[in-house]
Amino acid sequence: MSENLRVKSSQYIDETTRVSFKFNGTTYYGFKGDTLSSALLANNVHLVGRSFKYHRPRGIMTSGSEEPNAIVQINPNTNRTEPNVRATEVEIYEGMEASSQNCWPSVNFDIGGINNFLSPFFPAGFYYKTFMWPASFWEKYEYFIRHSAGLGKSPTLKDPDIYDHKNIHCDVLVVGAGISGILAAKNAAKNNYKTLLLDEKNELGGSTIYENNESNKVDNKISSEWLKKEIEELKNIKNLEIKTRTSVAAYHQYNYLLARENLTDHLEKKYKTNKIRQRLLKIRAKKVILATGALERPMVFNNNDRPGIMLSSAIKKYSDFYGVACGRKIVFFTNNDSAYESALSLNDKGIKVEAVVDIRKQSETNLEKRVIDAGVKIYWEHTVVDTSGYKRLNNVSIMKLSNDGTSVTGNKISISCDCLGVAGGWTPAVHLYTQSGSKLTFDEDKKIFIPNKNNSDQISVGSCCGDFKLDEIFKNLNEKLKDFLDITETDFEKITVNNDQEISKRNIWLLPSDKVLGKTKPFVDYQNDATAKDIKLALREGFRSIEHVKRYTTTGMGTDQGKLGNMHALGIIADTAGVKMGELGTTTFRPPYTPLTFGTIVGRNVGKFFDIFRRTPMNDWHVEQKAEFENVGQWKRAWYYPINGETMHQAVQRESKAARGSSGILDASTLGKIDIQGSDASEFLNRVYTNAWSKLGIGKCRYGLMLNEDGMVYDDGVTTRLGENHYLMTTTTGGAANVLGKLEDYLQTEWPELDVYLTSVTDQFATASLCGPNSKKILKKIIPDLDLSDENFPHMSFKEAKIGSIVCRIMRISFTGEQSFEINVQASYGKDLWDKCIEAGKEFNITPYGTETMHLLRAEKGFIIVGQDTDGTMTPIDLQMDWIVSKKKYDFIGKRSLYRSDTMREDRKQLVGLLTEDPEVVLEEGAQIVSELDKKPVEMLGHVTSSYFSPNLNKSIALAVVRGGKDMMGKKLFIPMEDKTINVTVSNPVFFDQTNERLNA
Amino acid sequence: MFVINCPYCGERDQQEFKAGGEAHIERPKQPTELSDDEWAEYLFMRKNIKGVQYERWNHAHGCRKWFNMVRDTSNDEIKAIYKMGEKPPSI
Ligand SMILES: [Zn+2]
Repeated sequence: MSENLRVKSSQYIDETTRVSFKFNGTTYYGFKGDTLSSALLANNVHLVGRSFKYHRPRGIMTSGSEEPNAIVQINPNTNRTEPNVRATEVEIYEGMEASSQNCWPSVNFDIGGINNFLSPFFPAGFYYKTFMWPASFWEKYEYFIRHSAGLGKSPTLKDPDIYDHKNIHCDVLVVGAGISGILAAKNAAKNNYKTLLLDEKNELGGSTIYENNESNKVDNKISSEWLKKEIEELKNIKNLEIKTRTSVAAYHQYNYLLARENLTDHLEKKYKTNKIRQRLLKIRAKKVILATGALERPMVFNNNDRPGIMLSSAIKKYSDFYGVACGRKIVFFTNNDSAYESALSLNDKGIKVEAVVDIRKQSETNLEKRVIDAGVKIYWEHTVVDTSGYKRLNNVSIMKLSNDGTSVTGNKISISCDCLGVAGGWTPAVHLYTQSGSKLTFDEDKKIFIPNKNNSDQISVGSCCGDFKLDEIFKNLNEKLKDFLDITETDFEKITVNNDQEISKRNIWLLPSDKVLGKTKPFVDYQNDATAKDIKLALREGFRSIEHVKRYTTTGMGTDQGKLGNMHALGIIADTAGVKMGELGTTTFRPPYTPLTFGTIVGRNVGKFFDIFRRTPMNDWHVEQKAEFENVGQWKRAWYYPINGETMHQAVQRESKAARGSSGILDASTLGKIDIQGSDASEFLNRVYTNAWSKLGIGKCRYGLMLNEDGMVYDDGVTTRLGENHYLMTTTTGGAANVLGKLEDYLQTEWPELDVYLTSVTDQFATASLCGPNSKKILKKIIPDLDLSDENFPHMSFKEAKIGSIVCRIMRISFTGEQSFEINVQASYGKDLWDKCIEAGKEFNITPYGTETMHLLRAEKGFIIVGQDTDGTMTPIDLQMDWIVSKKKYDFIGKRSLYRSDTMREDRKQLVGLLTEDPEVVLEEGAQIVSELDKKPVEMLGHVTSSYFSPNLNKSIALAVVRGGKDMMGKKLFIPMEDKTINVTVSNPVFFDQTNERLNA
Repeated sequence: MFVINCPYCGERDQQEFKAGGEAHIERPKQPTELSDDEWAEYLFMRKNIKGVQYERWNHAHGCRKWFNMVRDTSNDEIKAIYKMGEKPPSI
């Protein structure tokens, strides 16, 4: 186990600090600066996971965020566990643990591996097909799929970490700190642009920083040496902020980007505590420079997925950056020059390169000559036709390619090796570019999609726009920056750049084998186990759109969004269907570029900060009385006040009896309150309510119903005329903000000629509602000099009075059917008012009641609650409230709709009362109502909207909406429940005190 | 997430605004004189254009003013913003 493939000191690895970590239960050692994958490779561990569908052994494939295979669970079974982490991105720290995913019982012996041998039964569209086969089979498939599929395990313990959000505004945002990004950021900042430079890695410099190719020179220095000096200079530049370990997840329109800054993931446990783990940066940039680089492509050939088969560029990075050899006998397989750079680099470090297999015809460039000089055998015009080694590559078989590249000829040559570096060319990383709404074009020559039409003030520079060679990067970057930043020169335009010249590459999307395609396994999407066969099958089955093929075969649908294989999928479709790739278009890349944790997304909005909530000034009193609360909109409202262990039912029955028997008190502060002033205030109310307002006397109150323009009830409440041109409107608690918005809309857009001003005063007043036959006596004790006689202060009227020096507005209005007084004071005196009422009410057994009792009491009176008894489909006529709709007014919001043929239908659902045959049985709200039980299909007439046991009537009562219910008075209906059918009779919705005698008692 | 140039406050983030549907649909002055079909036309019929669309927006978490916007729904480019009551620009 303790193999050591560390080959040479690297300046990026701190070899003085040894770090121990566990992978699948075994302890290994790495160094500070290692990623999990570089540390594993240094220990010669390639096998890290099993594939999704066939459970084939899979190894580390890449060195970056595009990794499809090395997906691990970090710190399993702890409160900091995280699934689906790419081993190529996560940095090791002392005590870190990681385990493979998607394998049981272990990565070395996996029961699901049997799927590999059953693979003929898992063709493209397998999952879809299981849905279509006999329905009874699905349960069996489901059991099987759920147990063998699935990636990591989601955490079950509370996340101990802190997450944060931060807004950032900058002039220029540069994404990616490779050589292009660094030069762009430097020149932007030097020219007085406030600049932010982000990179997902922990070091700046991209792939140039570990470049050691003698022929790539900038200013006559090796490119990496030159770049190091540039990076050093960044420190002295004002206006420039740099964030590493920061990955841009999303690029939305108007240059709005989301990035995740990783702050503690690389630190030991003891340094993580009480620190922000990840921060979501919400960036609004005036200009964006994308320098996101390019991803190397693998190649699609038979058995191209064995552990030990990696990207050529990844092998180079592990050797040059981390000082790790990915094998002892390495073969490269390529269609372009980059494999030769990797081969030379390894050779310099004494890592044995067995051979380079090149699908191109022979060529002679300086680069190839140097490889030959190093003693490496090159097989021109050959392709890998098969590989072997179950858990680790041990052999590749190669054959000569035919001229057209569609078949192989000659003898099979076998090369023993433990690592194969695949170089299929480069794909610009245009994911963020397309997310921004910008459009790509296909370069038929280079076989890549490149940026074409920008959707915001942005440019793409470097290899993400298809410039792969240093000289073209410098030349194009210089031109683009001058134009984009509006500057006359850059600080690098006079610098000489030399590099190897690329010979043309040869592109074959699906490489042939000596076996027929059906007998091979050429993987296109490693994570989702989609092969070239699956794609061809999908095309044979008639799929044409790339988006459909993608979903049917699941190509590109994994957590890596097919960063490696998408181009091959497109190429194979184009070749098979005989169309040009550019005409096929590309699939849509969606945010996030790499997965985000939920913690990062929610930031600080967790626990009690999940949503904002509002409390009334009397809230502390309710809490002291141990009230139960309910959420009404964002308000916390007292629901009921249990005493001596009462259940909710017991408390509500007691509160309801007390409110009608003597006195009750309700905190009504949450009701919406809108102050309306202006010389056209009365006219305005005439237009927004269904009833007439002009004749309402000063000091009088009136109930109003507000409709939508479609005639449906929208809100209701009592409005008081405080003065000639001054009203106070109340709205429902939940509807306050929307009502204000709607009224403002009409005033600004339809009736700008009206002189009306609206002000929300909900938060400015606190309201105590005194209710019951003794309410008048209690109020008299608090305000002795106020004349409370029915003559002076009748029902539906208003008085302004003083409690001591506190001014209060008192409305004699009632939502319970009892004599009630709503006392409004400035919010800061709310608690004082409440205490005075409780004190004065003691001798009358004043009983605080909550929203549940309020609902019960109003249901006894048949008063509706908008939103409970209505659902946006009820007109006032449906509610049997014809009395509130003015026949005289020419117009009001929704009036015309009340005369539409549909709203005048007799068989609309209408509000009625329901009484149960057994008065003890309380109906369930939402229960369906039918008239005939035997007729099938059963016709639903409507449903129960409010239901209670009424302590004052000593029987069950309910409100319901029933089709044609208005004409059903006394009719027997049925409510079928799971275990029984309940018989009910349609009744008047007003159950209690139908003549309103109690209001003046 | 757009940046919207409120005609009263200046440039603000989209999250301060509320979209209010198609613009320039005037509430009929004499609704009672309309047929059911004419009223339904006002009440229900809204365009949903891929391309240049005239829309109402409200600076709900700002000055609370309503205004009009011309937006290309295919790429979310805001082509013009103007106050209520002003003549729509031709785009
Ligand atoms: Zn504004």
